Amino acid sequence: MSNTDGKKMSIIVTKGTLDWAYPPFILATTAASLGVGVTLFFTFYGLQLLKKDIGHLKISTLGNPAMEMPMGGMHMAMPNVVSMLPGVDGMASAMMKNLMKKKGVASLEDLREATQDLECRMIACQMTVDLFELKQDQLIDGLEFAGAATWVEVATDSDINLFI
Amino acid sequence: MTVELDAKGLNCPLPILKAKKAIKDLPNGEVLRVMSTDPGSVKDFEAFCRSTGNELLSSADNDGVYTFEIKKTAA
Repeated sequence: MSNTDGKKMSIIVTKGTLDWAYPPFILATTAASLGVGVTLFFTFYGLQLLKKDIGHLKISTLGNPAMEMPMGGMHMAMPNVVSMLPGVDGMASAMMKNLMKKKGVASLEDLREATQDLECRMIACQMTVDLFELKQDQLIDGLEFAGAATWVEVATDSDINLFI
Repeated sequence: MTVELDAKGLNCPLPILKAKKAIKDLPNGEVLRVMSTDPGSVKDFEAFCRSTGNELLSSADNDGVYTFEIKKTAA
């Protein structure tokens, strides 16, 4: 008998940056591995995480004073005046990816694949798909396209509901 | 029979995801031995076993390499 028998979790995924892409996929794969039924509802910038190729996802140091990257035993923060220069986001994103690889952190591609393998239900918000003129063939297979009522139905039947 | 899973060098949540996958293919009553270097995995494997209903037989720390023995007792 497990503690997670019949338990369910839903996550609304609204962010499309490299760093914010991690929490929903980490929690979804972990919960599913512990026997929880998981539904992910992707809306607004979260839809970026459903594109076939997610190599374009970036972090931004702009407006993020809490972000310090470890560097040669020190920590480096990025002043906003530097963050706004062209190329800085790309450089910071490449640094983050290298660091993650070095520390044995899963790639987003692998985590997303695990999410699919563990049969998490993935719903793309139809309204924001229309709003941003995304084509279904730009997105990964196995998605459902639905709206808020579908999430509300899932949420009322879930033990955990998160908004990320 | 004991099946070994080397999850050294991997960070959260990979040791748990790989353990879940390995335990799925294991017959009931058999043991999965997981090795990890992620200090967070000590608490996480306790939670994993409580949640999934499998039995954590042992948890050991040898100079930063953590070894967990999990007996498959749940379907």
